[in-house]
Amino acid sequence: MVRFENVGMRYGDGPEVLRDISFVLDAGSFHFLTGPSGAGKSSLLKLLYLAHRPSRGLITLFDRDTATCARHELPALRRRIGVVFQDFRLLDHLNAFDNVALPLRIAGLAEDKIAAQVRELLEWVGLKEALEVSPATLSGGEKQRLAIARAVVARPKLLLADEPTGNLDPDLSLRLFRLFEELNKFGTTVLIATHSNELVEKFKHPALFLSQGRLVAKPKDALRAS
Amino acid sequence: MLERGVELAFDEDLANGDPANRYLPWIVALMVYLATLAVAGALVLGASAARWQSGQSDRLTIQVPPQIPPKQEAAADHWMAPVMDILRATPGIAAVRRLEREELAGLLEPWLGVGNVTAELPLPELIDVTVERGAKPDLEALKRRLEKVAPGVEIDDHGRWMNQLSAAARAAQALALALTVMIAGAATATVVVATRASLAVHRETIELLHLIGAQDGAVAHAFARRALGLGLRGGLIGLALAALTYLFLQQATAGLDAPLMPRLDLSLANLAVLAALPLASAAIAMVTARFTVLKALAKLP
Repeated sequence: MVRFENVGMRYGDGPEVLRDISFVLDAGSFHFLTGPSGAGKSSLLKLLYLAHRPSRGLITLFDRDTATCARHELPALRRRIGVVFQDFRLLDHLNAFDNVALPLRIAGLAEDKIAAQVRELLEWVGLKEALEVSPATLSGGEKQRLAIARAVVARPKLLLADEPTGNLDPDLSLRLFRLFEELNKFGTTVLIATHSNELVEKFKHPALFLSQGRLVAKPKDALRAS
Repeated sequence: MLERGVELAFDEDLANGDPANRYLPWIVALMVYLATLAVAGALVLGASAARWQSGQSDRLTIQVPPQIPPKQEAAADHWMAPVMDILRATPGIAAVRRLEREELAGLLEPWLGVGNVTAELPLPELIDVTVERGAKPDLEALKRRLEKVAPGVEIDDHGRWMNQLSAAARAAQALALALTVMIAGAATATVVVATRASLAVHRETIELLHLIGAQDGAVAHAFARRALGLGLRGGLIGLALAALTYLFLQQATAGLDAPLMPRLDLSLANLAVLAALPLASAAIAMVTARFTVLKALAKLP
């Protein structure tokens, strides 16, 4: 599903923020990506959701070498990836329904199917009363739930989440992790970046631990050591 | 469908959150207004030049100075006869007609006043000569022959100065067309700047659409469609303003008795060309916006 081989990444001409990253995420696996702030978690996710190109190394997604993919092939790969951005990236000029419907519309789904799927998801994240509401009027937690609904609505093959529960209370965090696990059971590969030790401990999924741009072996042990 | 999805994401954002929506139609309107007047001017001048050329290149006027002292009409007939004979015998001349004294008086009355052209006033004799189509009589040789029987004779070749007038008209026409091309260039540059500004305003939306799998073409299509609408709106406003200006000029020049002034008549074909200008402006806006967006998106990973 996902293979990184000696991947390095830098922003512009700056120093490498990720160095010698190698790992494999099997199809249907569930991993945490942990590490202290500034370790490179968000940068690694950017490589995964094809928002940035590696400065070196090889990235394989869905059995495709992303370096040799033609530019016009990348959108199709991106449509198979759901992303919960740390800053939500909701569009304030669209209401909650249209925000969540966006990936389905981009994928070309019929409007009647879109309506059913979006309503179901919004109900699940507890926002069924907010269909017509602008994200600008929602609280931080509500925005996060809306962003999660948008990320999973198209049943992505790979789900990436950058601190998805940062603004949520513990109960809702647990509910959303259950949703991620449910998606995972249906075959979605999940990678969640978090610095919440509690969640990592609670859900018992393997964790990749990043430190100063490098992937550290035996992640959970390393996490405990940190 | 994919493009529709992107357009739905953009529709309200592009409609309400974009300063380009406010100023672009008016800039396009101004440019289409100027381009329409320039093209209309070029068309009018082109038609006039063609009319002058075809109407006058086959005509000559021979002017024979008055004899001193003035001779009687019969005598004039006498010494004008050889002139007429020479002209009729010249190859390439189709017809020769001597203007009557009343016609000459009619030509002078605007300057001398009605009734002031008396019988005593010495007047030159004028001969209207029609040249055969395509014929090029040797005017120098003709003048030498006429000089022998009528000293001081002048041959007025309308074609010479009409050619100059036509050349001037064609130069003005070329200038008008060059102006139109420059206006199109300025319109293109304006759309590029407006589109770039629009891209900056909608950067977040574009990045998000890009990351969730929108094709560059679909994003560019949304901008191109918007630019098409704005360009068409501006173009129609510009055309309407130009039409008002044209009607005003037509009305203002309707009473002028100036035969050489270009006639402000436009044929149906000409009107069709002018009516196409808003479409052209919209097409320029659409294509420019599309390529500007594609170029900007190509910088994204």
